[in-house]
Amino acid sequence: MRLSSGFRHGIHPREEKELTSQLPIRRMPFPEEIVLPLRQHAGNPATLCVKVGDHVERGDPVGLADGYVSVPIHASASGTVTDIGWWPHPDGSMAMSVRIAVDRFAPQVPRPRLVPRWEGLTTEEVVRAVQDAGVVGLGGAAFPTHVKLAPPRDHVVHTLIINGAECEPYLTSDHRTMAEYPARVVFGIRVMMHAMQVAKCVVGVEKNKPDAIAALQQALPKDLDITILPLTVKYPQGAEKMLIQAVTGIEVPSGKLPVSLGVVVQNVGSVAAIAEVFETGLPLIERIVTVSGHGLRRPANLIVPVGTKLRDLLAFCDGVTPDAAEVIIGGPMMGQAQANLDAPVLKGTTGVVVLEKHETRLEKVYPCIHCGRCLDACPVFLNPSLLGDLARVTLYDDMVDLHLADCMLCGSCAYVCPSNIPLAQLFQASKVALRRAKAGTA
Amino acid sequence: MSAPLAPKLIVTASPHVRSQDSTPVIMWNVAGSLLPILASAAWFFGVSALLVVAAAAFGALLVERTLGRSGSLGDGSAVITGMLLGLTLPPGLPLWMAFLGGAFGIGFGKVIWGGLGQNVFNPALLGRAFLQAAFPVAITTWPNVGGSFWQLKGDLFAFPFTRPITDAVTSATPLGLLKFEGKSTAVMNLVIGNTGGSVGETAALVILVCGGYLAWKRYLNWRIPVSILLTVALFSTVIHLFDPRRPDALFMIFSGGLMLGAVYMATDMVTSPVTNRGRWVFGAGIGVLVVVIRLWGGLPEGVMYAILIMNALVPFINRATQPRVFGTKLGSSS
Repeated sequence: MRLSSGFRHGIHPREEKELTSQLPIRRMPFPEEIVLPLRQHAGNPATLCVKVGDHVERGDPVGLADGYVSVPIHASASGTVTDIGWWPHPDGSMAMSVRIAVDRFAPQVPRPRLVPRWEGLTTEEVVRAVQDAGVVGLGGAAFPTHVKLAPPRDHVVHTLIINGAECEPYLTSDHRTMAEYPARVVFGIRVMMHAMQVAKCVVGVEKNKPDAIAALQQALPKDLDITILPLTVKYPQGAEKMLIQAVTGIEVPSGKLPVSLGVVVQNVGSVAAIAEVFETGLPLIERIVTVSGHGLRRPANLIVPVGTKLRDLLAFCDGVTPDAAEVIIGGPMMGQAQANLDAPVLKGTTGVVVLEKHETRLEKVYPCIHCGRCLDACPVFLNPSLLGDLARVTLYDDMVDLHLADCMLCGSCAYVCPSNIPLAQLFQASKVALRRAKAGTA
Repeated sequence: MSAPLAPKLIVTASPHVRSQDSTPVIMWNVAGSLLPILASAAWFFGVSALLVVAAAAFGALLVERTLGRSGSLGDGSAVITGMLLGLTLPPGLPLWMAFLGGAFGIGFGKVIWGGLGQNVFNPALLGRAFLQAAFPVAITTWPNVGGSFWQLKGDLFAFPFTRPITDAVTSATPLGLLKFEGKSTAVMNLVIGNTGGSVGETAALVILVCGGYLAWKRYLNWRIPVSILLTVALFSTVIHLFDPRRPDALFMIFSGGLMLGAVYMATDMVTSPVTNRGRWVFGAGIGVLVVVIRLWGGLPEGVMYAILIMNALVPFINRATQPRVFGTKLGSSS
């Protein structure tokens, strides 16, 4: 049976999107200091190209792409490089970062630049322009976008899928982008379809964003085959495999890439970022961030310069409530809890969510009662109950046989577990342990 | 302008939120759903029914408290075990036996395995199996339905290890009547529950309603009872067609402990399969065993042994019915 607009299993967490879904996008003023880690994307970190004392204009590169699967990092504000060194990274580690003291009275106008006309460009030229602009997937994983624009030559891509599902609770940045800038999204799609020589495009949007769907429908051009596909409201609808199944009705074979089915998925925010590259020539130096949660005084959808420290961002939103206990970069299902509020907003930061103490998982953990709810929740049909038992006794090789590699850490199992067992957390640790073991023996 | 953030930030791996349901919520809901059944038992058998259930529950709680993990009383599972065991006992059973059954059920059915979630066999049924083996006469002595509420049935307060004075006014269960005397019972009486039998097993309708509530709240998996009842109905209908002296499907479904077993015992999450396909298999196995034991076994009733036998097979059922992983064909390993 073909599921026209959804997938099997999955969960229905409380959306909490009403906190920000109707708030127009506003621009946040420049903070006093910007911190730019050189590692903001999947692939090789950028290589440093400035030194302490240098003055940079807004949009100047501070790090250059290191190889093909890498992108440059650009200064998101004009100012002076004050320090280059280790700085807290949102993933919990320390990362080599460039600190820039922002000019206090600068107009922050980017250096004039050549805007490439997209019509005449070849695929390679578009790829080069997108890479030079430092565009990465804005959905959270931050995979360099240009790599996906040039799929391997032995594959034919017939459909471009744009991910506007935004299934994470709280987050509304994609929603607002689609509702407020539909023309920019469509322009980005146009450039992508041109670059990839794809004739068909499907934009998947969860049905809980009727205004976004309507705005996109209005903006659709007549000369392109673009379909807006309303999707069932369910987590994790925005996961690549789930989205592809909703659009094409086909399951991506285990261990294979979507391109093997002839489809490529791009996040709607990345599409808008590409549009901006070919509209204004500006590289990716700011992004739309949803700052939300019941632990925050004034939730908002903000255009934030990349490198803004969480501390400044939260302060701009009138700060947190007294019961605030957990600050998450990304959504509450797959985001990363922050230990240090000096960590900056990155290119891949979709949102910042502040939870109050009673909303966290800080509760007693009970033994597994084998209720089977995790099996009914897992979107890739694993047996999290059994995998959890194996993880606890570190039988990682048995977990591999049970398809641990297909787990995408969406967290649905841990969400539904009545015993509050941190299943996805255990799987994440198991994957890390397996990677380490592999690296040790290689 | 901004409240200082709590000095200690919570830092864990994702996900950071969870659903409202918790294991204690599920357990206490199940325990609460037993109250209407208890009320109907009190209606039919008077205060004796309540005393038997209380004694069994007391035995279960005492052992959980003394031998179980600290704080494990709060999760509510021991209460369920005790109450369920009480509901499967005859209303006139000496209270010390009920107490012993509850203690055995928790002690050897649960604590010794490692507590909640670890046991293979349904603890309540294990307690009952122990009583069946230890006190075969007392546990098959069925007092009459009716009488005043305060009238004590049987020899409830028999001193431990003395021979209880069996009440002269006893009856037989519908299944016993059928097996040993060839008499049938009107199905309507079975549905309502004013027949001889265990404390809480007779009122089939009340059990169905309570189970429906739990299934609606998703605190029990509907597939197991549906699978059991369907199998029993199908199997007994076939046999009834070949040999009309055998009971028909309606009698089989509404008599004895089948309804209580199908709705409350077989659906114990800990001792039933985790996969949905496995749950159908599990239920079908119980259904077949119930019919086989009832019709060809030496005992009039077979629900308890049917469930215990299938409990033992749960690990194998789980293994054989692993879900098909997304993007693979069924049965293909990595």
